[in-house]
Amino acid sequence: MPVPRYWRYQDQRYNLAGSRCTVCGTVYFPQRPLCPKCHRKSLGKMERVTLSGEGRIISYTVVHDPLSDYEHLSPYIMALIETPEGATLLGQIVDAEPDEVEIGKEVEMVFRKLREEGKSGTIQYGYKFRLKG
Amino acid sequence: MDVGIVSYGVYIPKYRILPEEIGRVWGKDGAAMGKGLMVEMKSVPGLDEDTVTISVEAARRALKRRPIDPRDIKAIYVGSESHPYAVKPTATIVAEAIQAAPDLTAADLEFACKAGTAGIQALLGLVKAGYIKYGISIGADTSQGAPGNALEYTAAAGGAAYVIGAEGVIAKVNHTVSFTTDTPDFWRREGMKYPSHGERFTGTPAYFKHITGCAKMLMEKAGTTPKDYDYAVFHQPNGKFPVRVAKMLGFEMSQIEKGLWTPKIGNTYSGSMLVGLAAILDEAEPGDRILAVSFGSGAGSDGFDITVTEEMKRYNRSAAPTVKEITSVYKIIDYALYTKFREKIKMEGE
Ligand SMILES: [Zn+2]
Repeated sequence: MPVPRYWRYQDQRYNLAGSRCTVCGTVYFPQRPLCPKCHRKSLGKMERVTLSGEGRIISYTVVHDPLSDYEHLSPYIMALIETPEGATLLGQIVDAEPDEVEIGKEVEMVFRKLREEGKSGTIQYGYKFRLKG
Repeated sequence: MDVGIVSYGVYIPKYRILPEEIGRVWGKDGAAMGKGLMVEMKSVPGLDEDTVTISVEAARRALKRRPIDPRDIKAIYVGSESHPYAVKPTATIVAEAIQAAPDLTAADLEFACKAGTAGIQALLGLVKAGYIKYGISIGADTSQGAPGNALEYTAAAGGAAYVIGAEGVIAKVNHTVSFTTDTPDFWRREGMKYPSHGERFTGTPAYFKHITGCAKMLMEKAGTTPKDYDYAVFHQPNGKFPVRVAKMLGFEMSQIEKGLWTPKIGNTYSGSMLVGLAAILDEAEPGDRILAVSFGSGAGSDGFDITVTEEMKRYNRSAAPTVKEITSVYKIIDYALYTKFREKIKMEGE
């Protein structure tokens, strides 16, 4: 991802910034300008929320054949995580072997390197998850 | 006005390597090496961990224990000798990741292993002068020794973050002093991956001279003797040096053992003394007095005379894991995986 685009998503990647529709209360991640349920009624009524970083695995997969930028991480675990705020998001599970990961397990957000643009480019950081406890 | 520590947090990566395993690869008696250095194992950062990620984790843990409004944090200093960028600060990334930006000052500090304590001193001044409400100083490193070098047995990864302020002080800093000289004991030139050390200068003219010099100055200023302290903690390049320096100064093993963590995690450089101090704060009671002295090659020591306050009873220590809890969960890796994790192998095209 080019530097400017990555930088624009920094609040989302660093702090799990999402949106709450103040009309119906639904929380979205990533941020949205409009609520898909309330449509135009939510115009100007979406507020920024920071997700707690807590969550539960609802689905996961072990990636054995990643894209070239992520080859050194292989195999790695990607999970779909349901947050107590109601939003679901996709994130990597770190510090765990595939056989330790199970649907229903609790996770918490950690701050990790996401990607490096070679040895001279920028380093991109953001959220990943680890098993709780 | 009482100024001091308002909160603290520690982060140590999960992976460990044993000295036996390092010795096996280099044809040396690693077990004997570890025993001599008093290091049972050392921490190794994961592939996606560096000084930035360790700093953010430590700072977030400090803010879990004391959920202050991050916008009240007006200064962030990160002391390290392994900042991931040569130019582009670690501290700005930490500021964004704890939502303290943009209304604050931030800088990376470098003074070998004592830049984190230099940051604490700067914050004590800013708070005392009334310029800022809170500041955070972090000491964190992902240190490396050249493959096969003696430093490889101890160079580890980890860090600690300290919130400094005048409101909600859990550990008051009564006095702080520094002892600084120009000593060529250890250095790393720009662009070099591994550090060098002047064999004749490590030990006596560096570590021992600066720590004892600083501790004596501090106790003179405070009007104290070793008996006045419940705990003492010193920089820990290995397990052996802090034990010896404590003895030289007249401290007992019972005063230093709670803060002695290098045997379990290795030398976390800028994190070393600050992780030890955190382990003491994990268990300290109001009224306990602590002497803490860091050391950075080049060379200097910062000393702190600290008293734990009544506020510790109201402080939510259990909101983040203790050093004991953090270090009780680990995974031992072999040298092959260690090499991959520490990027000691050159990939094609590099
Ligand atoms: Zn809505």
